[in-house]
Amino acid sequence: MKLALLFSGGKDSTYAGYLAKKLGYEISCLITIISESQDSYMFHTEKIRLTNEQAKIMGIPIIQKTTKGDKELELKDLTSAIKEAIKKYKIKGVITGAIESVYQSSRIQKICNELKIECFNPLWQKDQIEHLNDLVKNKFDVIITKVAADGLDERWIGMKIDKKTIDELKELNEKYKINPAGEGGEFETLVLNCPMFKKRLELK
Amino acid sequence: MILIINICKEKLHYYEFVKPIEDILKKNKINFFTRHYKELKLREILNAEKIIICGTSLVDNEVIEEKNVKKFKWIKNCNKPILGICGGMHVLGKIFGGKLKQKNEIGLFSEHFKKEFLGIKEEIEVYHLHNYYIDFSKLRDFEVFNLNNIPQAVKHKNKEIYGVLFHPEVRNKKVIEEFVKSTNFYT
Repeated sequence: MKLALLFSGGKDSTYAGYLAKKLGYEISCLITIISESQDSYMFHTEKIRLTNEQAKIMGIPIIQKTTKGDKELELKDLTSAIKEAIKKYKIKGVITGAIESVYQSSRIQKICNELKIECFNPLWQKDQIEHLNDLVKNKFDVIITKVAADGLDERWIGMKIDKKTIDELKELNEKYKINPAGEGGEFETLVLNCPMFKKRLELK
Repeated sequence: MILIINICKEKLHYYEFVKPIEDILKKNKINFFTRHYKELKLREILNAEKIIICGTSLVDNEVIEEKNVKKFKWIKNCNKPILGICGGMHVLGKIFGGKLKQKNEIGLFSEHFKKEFLGIKEEIEVYHLHNYYIDFSKLRDFEVFNLNNIPQAVKHKNKEIYGVLFHPEVRNKKVIEEFVKSTNFYT
């Protein structure tokens, strides 16, 4: 089955795509929504422009749309990007990296339902520490690019997600109740390398 | 041992509709085994103490096609506790002669319960993801526990057979915990 991956360049959407590929699904294209607003309701803003580079490294075409970041406009722009993927790449479904957010997930479910295509959320309700450990186990090279929570300071920017980082995130979860995988917007990530990449993404 | 039945047409949906239920059982240290309904053996049904039939995606209607629902005809003579979730509830309803009707609900909704149902009562927030429901109004063997016109939670009057239209693995995990931990079941 041909699928489109809603791709932010971060750990969750990339890992969701990896799971789909592992099961034999074809990722025909990536869809990236670039928000002009720093307060985007739906999409990561930081580093999202690097998705172009990541797409090239994976050898997968990418559909990029810019949105003003307004709540409803974002959904309209996402719908038009999915429609384009259906027309151009004959996709039969969409993959997302949603873990906990009912807000994000249910809106994408509604769009897919209206377009009569499948919506796959392979990380849905997954334990966040299990998710972080799976990234390390499956050789995902992921760094933190933005922080916005108590206990997370500048020291965390550029930090690689490894066993040591996961232990620290566990401690912060116990102390400040932050989502250890950053599901509540506590931090954003960028995938530099993973089994889907033909080479490592080098940051200039 | 709990039997978890996967009804998803697409393999990738295992992670979304089956694994979260497996994770709840793991967290509660409850033994289980999972089978896809097309691969389920009679001896596996016999070996199970309780059975959970998971849900599936909005556009996956394969399991409710007549030829596939027939694979669940064993439910009619089964005296083991069964919990059907969303698509799993559709299967239960179809097996007992209920009519499938259209109703699209996606996201968080508030539902009112007239009686306690597997640990939930009064007004609660539930997560919906369905295009259909089963009309249980003509099924005299079933009791509907919510006040809404759309049956959200039902139980067989003489058996430990439960159905929920909402997804308790997303909100209200205690429904699943209550079902697997309760001991008042027939074997």
